[in-house]
Amino acid sequence: MEQFAPVKRSKDGQPIRYLIVDDSVFARKNLARMIESFGGQVAAEAGDGLTAISEFDRTHPDIVLMDITMPQMEGIEAAEKIVQAHPEARVVMVSSVGYQENIVAALQRGARHFVQKPVKPEVLYEVIKYVLGEDGVVATAAGAGV
Amino acid sequence: MKMDLIQPFINSADAVLSQGLSGTTKVGSLSMEEDGYRRKGVAGMVALSGDIEGRIILDLEPQTAVRVASHYAGAELPESDALIKETIFELANQVVGNAVCALNDQGFHFRVHPPLLLTSDEGDKTSEDVEALMICFETSLGNVFMNVALRHNKRRMADHAAASR
Repeated sequence: MEQFAPVKRSKDGQPIRYLIVDDSVFARKNLARMIESFGGQVAAEAGDGLTAISEFDRTHPDIVLMDITMPQMEGIEAAEKIVQAHPEARVVMVSSVGYQENIVAALQRGARHFVQKPVKPEVLYEVIKYVLGEDGVVATAAGAGV
Repeated sequence: MKMDLIQPFINSADAVLSQGLSGTTKVGSLSMEEDGYRRKGVAGMVALSGDIEGRIILDLEPQTAVRVASHYAGAELPESDALIKETIFELANQVVGNAVCALNDQGFHFRVHPPLLLTSDEGDKTSEDVEALMICFETSLGNVFMNVALRHNKRRMADHAAASR
């Protein structure tokens, strides 16, 4: 997989920590590989919305990558509950069901962005940088930004 | 069969497979399924309900499924690996999800159900008002078969028409 310039937390230069939420093991592994190529760390994984909420409370990740269609609790509802409890949470929806109703519903309920599956690493990378804003910095080879 | 319903699924499968398998995908044979569905290998089914209802099956011969899953995993997987089934499920999800987006833009509303693993070798013959189409996608890792059986839900469509009057 293509390697990207690592994105770090600007406050302490540490890797960005991610919570990956998807009922598909395949999708979680795929996203984890992309995150590694961005220089990030997987803080936790969850296979449904309910587990996502408890894993967020436990690990306090910098970014949540959240699927929509999942058992027990769907992603948009889980995103809303996470953002209600943690307004600073950055939730990016990652789903193949990316029609306008879903996108609007997710954004209205607290998600910061939407990425359509199949995920292109270069698209996710740009979204991550955009969502982090000034809280993220791209580390150069010389270590700038760390 | 209404090609306006089928075409988004063909376009979506073509795009998903081309991107995921990092190579060109060619739409090969298309055939009507007349004697009921016959499973070829590892098959994941996604059902739709709403304005359009029916199901889509993505079906790969066992060795092709291993090659495709290994490609995505970035490592050689044994035929028994659970990740093979997961890969086919996720591919089916992505194909259906992207097609559903296109159909939603045309005004159709429906629900996509979680994928199911097909284990029986044969399925029921589709009913008279639901014809099934089998499309073969030729990829560098082998053939991927997509079986599409859909129909308009006339009652829901009538309800929408009445509501918009």
